[in-house]
Amino acid sequence: MSSDLAIDARGLVKRFGDTVAVDGVDLAVPRGAIYGLLGPNGAGKTTTVRMLTTLLRPDGGQAFVDGIDVAADPHGVRTRIGLTGQYAAVEERLTGRENMEFVARLFHMPKSEGRARSVELLERFDLVDAADRVVKGYSGGMRRRLDIAMSLIARPSVLFLDEPTTGLDPRSRLAMWGLIEELEHDGTTVLLTTQYLDEADRLAQRIVVIDHGTVIANGTADELKDQIGGDRMTVQIRHPESRPLALEALAPFCAGEVDVDLDGRTFHFPIRSGDRVVPNVIRALDDAGVDVLDAEVRRPTLDDVFLTLTGRSAADEHEGVAS
Amino acid sequence: MNRVVWALRDSWTEAMRHLRIIPRNIELLIFATIQPIMFVVLFVYVFGGSIDVPGFANYDQFLIPGIFSQSLVFGSAFTGIGIAEDLSKGLVDRLRSLPMARSAVLIGRTVSDLVRNIITFFVMLVVSFWPIGFRFEGSLVEAVLATMLLLLFSYALSWVQALMGLSVGSVEAANSAGFIWMFPLTFVSSAFVDPATMPGWLEPVADANPFTVVTNAARALYNGNPVGNDALVSVLWSVGIIAVFASLSIRKFNRSTVA
Repeated sequence: MSSDLAIDARGLVKRFGDTVAVDGVDLAVPRGAIYGLLGPNGAGKTTTVRMLTTLLRPDGGQAFVDGIDVAADPHGVRTRIGLTGQYAAVEERLTGRENMEFVARLFHMPKSEGRARSVELLERFDLVDAADRVVKGYSGGMRRRLDIAMSLIARPSVLFLDEPTTGLDPRSRLAMWGLIEELEHDGTTVLLTTQYLDEADRLAQRIVVIDHGTVIANGTADELKDQIGGDRMTVQIRHPESRPLALEALAPFCAGEVDVDLDGRTFHFPIRSGDRVVPNVIRALDDAGVDVLDAEVRRPTLDDVFLTLTGRSAADEHEGVAS
Repeated sequence: MNRVVWALRDSWTEAMRHLRIIPRNIELLIFATIQPIMFVVLFVYVFGGSIDVPGFANYDQFLIPGIFSQSLVFGSAFTGIGIAEDLSKGLVDRLRSLPMARSAVLIGRTVSDLVRNIITFFVMLVVSFWPIGFRFEGSLVEAVLATMLLLLFSYALSWVQALMGLSVGSVEAANSAGFIWMFPLTFVSSAFVDPATMPGWLEPVADANPFTVVTNAARALYNGNPVGNDALVSVLWSVGIIAVFASLSIRKFNRSTVA
């Protein structure tokens, strides 16, 4: 076992009855890194985090957090981790400050240290004004900030953030992203689970894509995007009736299947790399007598990665649409 | 030894989480105070005039220890509701991921409910003395002993409630499950009437009810009557219930997690 890994999991398995929720997950997160665990609802992200944070006993495999075996010494693991779950784990009937000091006491920190650390974190997470108000009146974003502040009280070496922005409004979400990025400067290792591709793209140095309990891809956002081929092109024509002509004209540029939107006149397809694709495509369509409204080339997004890897869109999954 | 000290400290930290809230929630405080007062006043003035108990010149001296006993036992239902409520929120997951004693979550809850019950007891005691006119006929030591027997039994039932709160799926279910068996437990007993007046088939049930034993012991001590074996038997009941239900509850709480 190498000690430069903050999280080292091999072949983790968790079954619930007949369902295999996690089916042999490997994870290797170096110290100080922010890793994203990306997958749709029910992919096994939370179950993996619950095993790594000693809340669930693995049915197979081994995991070390900060060098400690989670199965052999769960108590030791608990002294080194912070966990922020999907549901804000705060005591609503106490004030923000009382919540902080409550957790400090349970970490067996000396009283004065617990107090000082609470003040420090309340300041950092912009909760000073609300510190002596009961949490019940906090907004969703404030609760989530308090939740993370509570997880940081004992300076954990590994912080687990399970869907930290689910249910937040866009502004709170941006603020939360800023806070998570700051954690990197502290040298805290962060394992972040998310079903939002933009979140993983922005925050995580490396992304582990998980689906049906297994890791299906692993790499930086750019590596994942490269893995599925080159750039993507979107072309929109004026008249849906000219679709056959357009498809014929586009064929030489396509490196894969053409995806047609419901409007019947917007096409998405991967392109072969090459210079001056846009003018060439427009010229080809023009020569075929097709009226072009718009044409653009873009880098693949993680959504394209997801679609390619799993055959369905991550967005579909969390909207609850059966594919 | 060190582990035990930490477990006790963690339990107290957890108990304080619940206790700090009591003075803050004025409405809850008012209702929690009114309820025992209502119990005392209603029973005494509604039933007081129409019931005679052999051996007691004044029914109030018979009835009030029974009401103390019943109110404290009812107070134990808060444990199950509180635990079900905690489980329905994310906080318990955080507690499980902390390097604290696991048992502290349950011990803290039962201890805070015991403290709440002590407050309830004092409210009832004040009302019983004035305007009702209840008196300790025995020594103060006997009265303290009687009170401790009642509180110990209600603490034991808190652990039964804890197990139920851990077993049911929701706060609503914990609420009904927690109260429903309290009625037969406290009414098929010696709390309000002499079991000898009950139908022949019911009397042995009431006599065997541990709640009867505890109530009889407390009543004897409050009235300065000979307590016999009842004090010892009621302690044995309470300790036995705590031993069984505390270990079942703590095991259940820990079960799905790494020990």
